[in-house]
Amino acid sequence: METHNPPDKIVWSTCNVNCGSRCPVRLHVKNGSVVRVESDITDDDSSGTQQIRACLRGRGLRKWIYSPERLLYPMKRTGKRGEGKFTRISWDQAFDLIASKLKHIIDRYGNEAVYRHYGTGNLGGVVSHYNQIERLMNVLGGKLNYYNSYSTAQIHQAMTYLYGKTGTGNYISDIINSKLVVLFGNNPAETRMSGGGTIRDLVLAKRQSKVKVIVIDPLHTDTVTGFADEWIPIRPGTDAALVAGLAHVLILNGMVDNDFLNGYALGYDQSTMPEDIPEGNSYKDYILGSGADRTPKTPDWACSITGIPAKRIVQLAYEIGSTKPVYIAQGWGPQRHANGEQAARAICMLPILTGNVGVKGGNSGDREAAWGIDWPVMPVGENPVKTSIPCFLWTKAIENPTGFTDLNSGLRGKKHLEVPIKFLWCFASNALINQHSDINQTRRILKDDTQCEMIVLIENVMSTSARYADVLLPGTSSFEERDLAYQGYAVEMGVLMVREKAIEPMGECRTLFDICAGIARHMGVEKDFTNGMDHDQWVEKMYHQCRKLKPELPIDFSKALEKGLYKWPRSGNSFAGLASFRKNPEKYPLSTPSGKIEIFSQRLWEMAQTWELPEGDSIKALPEYLSTWGMPHETDAALYPLQLVGHHSKPRTHSSYGNNEWLKEASPQALWINPLDAIPRGIEHGDLVKVFNDIGATMVRAKVTPRIMPGVLSLPQGAWYNPDREGIDQGGCINTLTSHRPSPIAKGNPQHTNLVQVVKEKSNP
Amino acid sequence: MIKTPAFFIDMQICTGCKTCMVACKDKNDLAQGLRWRRVYEFSGGDWIASADGTFTQDVFAYYISVSCNHCQDPICVESCPSRAMHKNEYGIVLIDSKKCVGCRYCEWACPYSAPQFDRSNGIMTKCDFCQTQIQEGRDPCCVEACPTHALSFGDYDDLITLHGEKALIAPLPFPEMTSPNLVITAPKQARSQGNTNGLIQNPEEVKDA
Repeated sequence: METHNPPDKIVWSTCNVNCGSRCPVRLHVKNGSVVRVESDITDDDSSGTQQIRACLRGRGLRKWIYSPERLLYPMKRTGKRGEGKFTRISWDQAFDLIASKLKHIIDRYGNEAVYRHYGTGNLGGVVSHYNQIERLMNVLGGKLNYYNSYSTAQIHQAMTYLYGKTGTGNYISDIINSKLVVLFGNNPAETRMSGGGTIRDLVLAKRQSKVKVIVIDPLHTDTVTGFADEWIPIRPGTDAALVAGLAHVLILNGMVDNDFLNGYALGYDQSTMPEDIPEGNSYKDYILGSGADRTPKTPDWACSITGIPAKRIVQLAYEIGSTKPVYIAQGWGPQRHANGEQAARAICMLPILTGNVGVKGGNSGDREAAWGIDWPVMPVGENPVKTSIPCFLWTKAIENPTGFTDLNSGLRGKKHLEVPIKFLWCFASNALINQHSDINQTRRILKDDTQCEMIVLIENVMSTSARYADVLLPGTSSFEERDLAYQGYAVEMGVLMVREKAIEPMGECRTLFDICAGIARHMGVEKDFTNGMDHDQWVEKMYHQCRKLKPELPIDFSKALEKGLYKWPRSGNSFAGLASFRKNPEKYPLSTPSGKIEIFSQRLWEMAQTWELPEGDSIKALPEYLSTWGMPHETDAALYPLQLVGHHSKPRTHSSYGNNEWLKEASPQALWINPLDAIPRGIEHGDLVKVFNDIGATMVRAKVTPRIMPGVLSLPQGAWYNPDREGIDQGGCINTLTSHRPSPIAKGNPQHTNLVQVVKEKSNP
Repeated sequence: MIKTPAFFIDMQICTGCKTCMVACKDKNDLAQGLRWRRVYEFSGGDWIASADGTFTQDVFAYYISVSCNHCQDPICVESCPSRAMHKNEYGIVLIDSKKCVGCRYCEWACPYSAPQFDRSNGIMTKCDFCQTQIQEGRDPCCVEACPTHALSFGDYDDLITLHGEKALIAPLPFPEMTSPNLVITAPKQARSQGNTNGLIQNPEEVKDA
């Protein structure tokens, strides 16, 4: 019989990781500890202000906050970098160490030698946000910038060349107006799990419309399980080949929207090609075989590449081509490949060919859109340094700055880097080791502390990356600080969450603001950094800025802390990012050079001539299919016959919460392998297997399941790297097997492009 | 209080996210290995390779979240030699921890693995339908937590009237054994009980402590 044991207080907090959603949690506090985590049970739960129910990750927060890996004191490295040997120091000593090294690096190399590494382990805060490091560095003369993200590098650049911008999608709720939904590599059931987010919108819209949903994915994902009417398995990296095969059927059978193509797009056929481009370079030429490769992209051509029977390709083309509107969207899986820019653009060709762009119930082929309130962010000042690197190439910027150029590495603002990265900031970033590709190579680069001389890492837990810090600083968790949080981008409502401090900071943990203020003090710029305010005063100041947008918020901040959660339904009439362009392309042109959809991109045509690429890589002006390294039929496929992807799975957001025992118990790390691949290798469910290639190896349990395509493995990304004495990872971390080689245009992370072999190590006990 | 408390799962919108399972662990402070709510992943189907490098398949998969079904014929109560296991006046099957001797007979008897052995205390534990919380007029913790609203609860007869389906699908045991108070809307790909084409894909995630 449960005894009634009321908490001392219940306060609002938030789950802050980078899943795209943002969930409120209710913390029950007793005797100074959080004893229970609830989520949103407020409101009437109608659509538009629905309950933002946290997923298992938010519900499991206690096991993370109180995990044995929590960092409690400032520390400095004592052994070799990466050995994980540290000694406790005081905050003053830590600030001194950091300030003197930062001064030295700036004096000797200049501000461009300082870099804040990409990291998204804590995106929920407004004051506790990496913007504080930006602000501090801007006060000190700036630092090297990055562009792109590890999530969307290829699709982001691809959309810019095709549509002139990103965020061109319709809302997912718009599928109530669709006759058919086709999703490529899009798995909101594991990537947008919040009850306030995409998955809930999808449930409600599908229930209302009963629209047929087809999911094209190498995995029978939880989105397939929960929503799809049909799953079409496809080999990773071949989405563009499928699209070409579909386009062939659409074109030859009169199912393309010629009025739309002529009025809104460039490069479909010769009539809309730029004047100075030789004939035979239009999209139609590529598809029908009158282009340079003289190969018609028939369903028979596409079938052996994609693994999808030709008959099914023909049927799918008729399904897409014979009804309107069709909602075609892609997740971010297809683009996280060595040919990802091509895949992302190619998928958009289906709605472009069929005129489903910018209409109700249609979509641009981009990911479903998000809506939110444009809340204020911390003022960070101006960075005088304009040089910017693609975030994936930071290790090259440490090792080889003079070889890091605009034409070979996508450097912006300069022809080549003049100084290497010497000082690295990491805040809530496990992309130093765990989430960056090729861990063995990254370790080799970081181990040499004469290259990058200082790594300052601010974290909640002793992550894989934290072991590589020179100065390791314990940050407060969301339980231990007051702050604001806004809606994630996976919802269709505006949200303000006012987070109260639930418990006192554990150990000597400090807020990021206090940490940066301490360093600013030791650098002699405290006042410039703090503006004379402390953490809580900044939170209140930001709250009052929110009130300027929403004056109905109480003037008394303590009342807002008590209420905690405010929601506003989506407003405005627009349903699609390209609605106005569709309505009037002359009045609302795209921001491409031509103002139109650039199926043929002259910018890419020119880059193909000027950019320096490694052998085998190429840049194409058209959204063609490209076979690349790391794919079947390439030379390395003889030794390593299996493709390996790393899908996002429910127990983690990337590597966040990777040490949470409850989540590991609910969904342990495992290698997905089809019985057709497992049986010849003698692998049974639960066996310990070794996955390896020339880059590295990892040990993991096998999940033998028909839910993955034969010839393909998946090792859910984000599991914590855990090398044994011989350096073999025992944690099932995919980045022991991924490559530093970037994609050609975006210079993004192709972390789903891998060839591997797998062998059985030990039977299931 | 409702007469015959029962859980309902709309399996057509359950994505197997396991939020119910973790929310339950948090509320009840369950140690590693104790899973008062478990999510079974049931999947099967065959792959056929063709000479042109393509595949055809008839793969199916679905999840089912199972806790204690507070059965109408609770076999755990019947099998308990110390009379610790009992059904209270609200229809909730509970363990009197003072009487439980940790013999684990109930665990062996229950086809749903609902009673779970707590090694640290040497006694059985199980779902209590969050009875304190439902007495306050709230939903059980797992129901409040479900992000897609697939999970709900109510009176068994009301739920049957509303949704009409008993839990008659694989991999659930035949309901005649215990008459479980579990009502579902079956997934589109549901396989019938005793199906041999499908398998529980995640035995390590649902096995007994």
